[in-house]
Amino acid sequence: MKAPAFAYAKPRSLAEVCALLDERGETARVLAGGQSLVPMLNLRVAAADLLVDISGIESLRGVSVTADRLCVGALTSHREVEQSAEVARHAPLLAQAAPHIAHVAIRNSGTFGGSIALADPAAEWPACCLALDATILTISKAGKRSIPARAFFKGLFSTDLRPGELITGVEIPLTPGHRSVFLELSRRRGDYAIVGVAAMAKVQGGTLQDVRLAFLGGGDRPLLAVHAMKAAEGKPPLADLGPALAADLSPMADLDTSARTKLHLANVLARRALAALAG
Amino acid sequence: MTARDELPVKDSKTRTQSGYIGKSEPRANAKRLLQGRGSFIDDLRFPRLAHVAFLRSPHAHAKIKSMDFSKARAAPGVIGVFDGRAVAEYCSPWIGVLGHLKGIKSPPQYPLAIERACWQGEAVAAVVAETRAQAEDAVELVAAEWDPLPAVIDMHESLSGKVVIHPEFEDNICFSRQIDNGEVDAAFKNADVVVEESYSFGRHTGVCLEGRAILADYNAGEHMLTVHHATQAPHMMQDIFSKHLNLPEANVRVICRDIGGAYGIKVHVYPDEMCTAALSIMLRRPVKFVADRLESFLSDIHAREHKVTVRLAATKDGEILAFDLDDLTAIGPYSVYPRTSGIEGNQVVNLTGGPYKHKHYRASLNVVFTNKNVTCQYRAVGHPIAVALTEGIVDLAAQKLGMDPAEFRRRNMIPDDAYPYTGAAGMKYEVLTHHQCLDKLLSLMDYKGLRAEQAELRKKGVYRGIGLAAMIEVTNPSPAFYGVGGARISAQDGATLRLEPTGMLTVLSSVTEQGQGTEGIFAQIAATVVGVTMDKVKVITGDTSTTPYGGGTWASRGAGIGGEAVLQAGKALRSNILDIAAAILNVDKADLDIFSNEVIDLASGESKLPLAELGRVAYFRPDTLPMKFQSELMVTRHYTPREYGFTFTNGIQASLVEVDVETGFVKLLKHWCVEDCGTVINPLLVDEQIRGGVVQGIGAALFEECHYSEDGQLQNATMADYLVPMSGEMPDIVCGHVESKTRTSELGAKGVGEAGTAGAPGAVMNAINDALSSLGARVTTMPFTPERVLDALGKK
Amino acid sequence: MDHSLPLTLTVNGTRVTSRVEPRTHLIDFLRDTAGLTGSHIGCEHGVCGACTVRVDGLIVRGCLTLAVQCEGKTVDTIEGLSDSGELAELQQAFHERNALQCGYCTPGMLVAALDLVKSEPDASRERIREHLSGNYCRCTGYQAIVDAIETVLAMRRTTAKAAGARP
Repeated sequence: MKAPAFAYAKPRSLAEVCALLDERGETARVLAGGQSLVPMLNLRVAAADLLVDISGIESLRGVSVTADRLCVGALTSHREVEQSAEVARHAPLLAQAAPHIAHVAIRNSGTFGGSIALADPAAEWPACCLALDATILTISKAGKRSIPARAFFKGLFSTDLRPGELITGVEIPLTPGHRSVFLELSRRRGDYAIVGVAAMAKVQGGTLQDVRLAFLGGGDRPLLAVHAMKAAEGKPPLADLGPALAADLSPMADLDTSARTKLHLANVLARRALAALAG
Repeated sequence: MTARDELPVKDSKTRTQSGYIGKSEPRANAKRLLQGRGSFIDDLRFPRLAHVAFLRSPHAHAKIKSMDFSKARAAPGVIGVFDGRAVAEYCSPWIGVLGHLKGIKSPPQYPLAIERACWQGEAVAAVVAETRAQAEDAVELVAAEWDPLPAVIDMHESLSGKVVIHPEFEDNICFSRQIDNGEVDAAFKNADVVVEESYSFGRHTGVCLEGRAILADYNAGEHMLTVHHATQAPHMMQDIFSKHLNLPEANVRVICRDIGGAYGIKVHVYPDEMCTAALSIMLRRPVKFVADRLESFLSDIHAREHKVTVRLAATKDGEILAFDLDDLTAIGPYSVYPRTSGIEGNQVVNLTGGPYKHKHYRASLNVVFTNKNVTCQYRAVGHPIAVALTEGIVDLAAQKLGMDPAEFRRRNMIPDDAYPYTGAAGMKYEVLTHHQCLDKLLSLMDYKGLRAEQAELRKKGVYRGIGLAAMIEVTNPSPAFYGVGGARISAQDGATLRLEPTGMLTVLSSVTEQGQGTEGIFAQIAATVVGVTMDKVKVITGDTSTTPYGGGTWASRGAGIGGEAVLQAGKALRSNILDIAAAILNVDKADLDIFSNEVIDLASGESKLPLAELGRVAYFRPDTLPMKFQSELMVTRHYTPREYGFTFTNGIQASLVEVDVETGFVKLLKHWCVEDCGTVINPLLVDEQIRGGVVQGIGAALFEECHYSEDGQLQNATMADYLVPMSGEMPDIVCGHVESKTRTSELGAKGVGEAGTAGAPGAVMNAINDALSSLGARVTTMPFTPERVLDALGKK
Repeated sequence: MDHSLPLTLTVNGTRVTSRVEPRTHLIDFLRDTAGLTGSHIGCEHGVCGACTVRVDGLIVRGCLTLAVQCEGKTVDTIEGLSDSGELAELQQAFHERNALQCGYCTPGMLVAALDLVKSEPDASRERIREHLSGNYCRCTGYQAIVDAIETVLAMRRTTAKAAGARP
């Protein structure tokens, strides 16, 4: 299980990264924390002629807060997000989700931007970005772009990223009046979830306002459950969102869990999440 | 009186009474492992070491049309590329059958498949290179053309024989057996209650953290093959290398240093390992193969995969009359050499119903070939299946009779004073303690208290379940296990004890160590029997050129058989030491004893002669001893169990779970195991050995299953997809012991290595079903995934 | 094609310089180039934790880290942490409690445990189990490992209390 041979470059500037990615096209792959790419290389299910290690670009690292938004740099590790006081204060959903990501040794290396770029449908950060209505910031030789998270995830491991484009960070609008809950079901701690939900709402007199339910494991990409959100809007927590979720989600069966079971579990989680938001 | 008090080493004439037997002594050999300074195969460094990687069949069943090695041979670092025919010239094929499994059949198997691959993952070509990475690069350059053949994946389809896998056979049945004891039909006819249920057991595998590993080093000058091998049975492998590579037995040396987990996985003959040894001879240089994780999933033996229907007949008073079962199990395309793949099914039919005193028993077994990876003996062989289906159907009967499951078991367990006893399946039990174990378990877990708590919580919508699983286990096997069937597997083990000049004690044993603590307990036995302190003892295992001949470590035999050999050698050495002391001191031997590294006066306890002084005289100044006296400070003794085919042990486990009936998730809250392994030599080691076994059993119950697609592709051959138990989900496990020593040896120790794995799946299954009972749901297909629990509940 | 690059890093306090292929992961580098075979390979896809080592003070999966990513960094392995005495308490507790059998997972397990002991002095049994949930042990029932770490945490709390109580 040794990776096939590849070359390695560690550029010192964003401009250099963009130039390399542009020049080498799809034969180059970006290496951030490597926690998904390196196992795929070891397993020889992925290959690359060149790995472009972006870990030397300090500007991509860290969490910052402005008046109305929190910015998580692409190279910020899962562990840094988990332990960030700013994140806990301004985007508690991320702090709630972080401990579900694999294990400490992986959270130390794996990066926020890497997870967004990979777009694993069962990963935590992409679903959180949907719930938080985040914006993905990118750069390439052609320039910078800001892409709403809700338009970013296109399919199984597929995003709006263009060839040669790199995620630099994620901007999250501050939502001081919202509560958040993150729930997921995985058979063992740290495993990818069978299904999970990132939930947010404001609570007014026992009813939920601006309800946001984003699912991981609910389809070929992270999904915002718009029908369920509409059904839950302005009401006390509902007990059954089944029919709405059936319209929102189309889970993929895995070896142990059918699509139907996943839909059932999503409904259980949605109910629990809404109750927890209101509680 | 406990077994320990009865030990011969506590003879009233000696002063080594307290001894180390029964003490929780930390094992000395753990220290190097704690510093990362062990010596696993992959840690060894050799000049000119070559690495091998294998091309493995991508198909479940296919003819090899052609393989073109030209590109691979030209790749950087490549030393050689070989196909099955080339290797077969150096290594003869083998057939995994045994004479006492009547009718068992299997075709010849080669190190590399020659014309046809019979499972996805079977090795068909070997690439040897300067580094493993280069070997893997070159494997990708082998151009192979395949002609896919129909693959038989489902066991029922295999039994039907519509497609026969091996052209030399008429059907796919490897082995079958029927038992019909007593009057089974009459018993069912006359029964007040008959229950029947089918159980399904997933195929799983051992997942040793260290992959299978072999470093074969052929020295052409000596015509000598030295094999550094992660194996549980070095002498067996010496014999096999000698036979199949055509080398004199004395020209094969097998060395086992540290081994990173085995559990039965590393006691078999693997084609890729035989190939590695052959390659070393072919290339006249050391060659190493360490199975990576993908290869481990595809080619380490798998196990289990049974579908069993069982019936139980009982009276309305709760007396079990009869068991009747039909077991179908699929083993892959070959019966594994040399132990065969018929043993697991054979164990199922031997052990089902084992704890109980019914008189009527019928069992039918079919072991069939399929085009999946081979299966063979993995920890607790057959026991988890026999225990789960016995205890599952027993619970169902209790439920139907409206009896408490603990009480129902008590009524039917063989009485503790009934031994020796022959069970309905024909197994002979020397001495078992089902009732004592049950009593101890119920009090240890506060069974009544838990039942009350369960009822209270149920009112609040919390679904807790309590599951019991009584068990019997095969340990300390005699030659009846393999030897009588013609396998050249030693049922005997040996120990050599040598007193060194400084009074140190060296112990050499044919039993191997994979972390169970074998070396530690041998040091305890040797120190106790000879009369030295533990710090004076050094134990050496795992080298065919230095240790006595013996079987190695498997079937819960190390302590019971190897330990008895150490004890007997210790007694003999002690006697020899006293002879020398008597000669030096010019006193009667009967007046002397050995205690704490010194020869003492038996009556007064006064120190007479330190062993270091005795050693000095015996080795360096024998001229001072009487003229005709020869000192003998090295002694070898062997032991093999004779009176019983197996030294059966018993125990009982309990599991407490909570089921989330909305999600189907099962939370393990606590687990208990009370076990009777006879003399407990080291409680610290025994308890964690049991716990490790329990956790492997929990893996079977909740997590582990090799998933194959309809065309025979293993779909979860990574550790991300094949779920092993991790610390986060495991419960605390409480252990208890009853000690009824076996009288077949002076040590009195029975085996314990497989107890946990044997009983845990049944206990967890019964606990889940207990939790679900008020909802009218039952699960019987392992592993019990959330989906299977939800299916049983009719949710989704 | 030869893609190898020069690499300099500090391993267990000693500077190591070598040429390395970019595809070589840190564990192969440590084992084959630096000769430190205490860190073990278990799965090479980041699941088993046998290769857990410390890079710049943080625990990482050695099999998911390329050696070239460690240019200029400080790596600590089981050997170095043993010799420095940093692991001594845990090693003793593991030994006394028999928190290992075959010992293959042990180096990774100890490095992960040390991370918890240092960062969470009040960790509960539950938290210990959670922290170790990425380190696979097939031999023990995990209980002895959890017990051993619990013992070290309790011991350290007692020592800290005693030190704090001193005038």
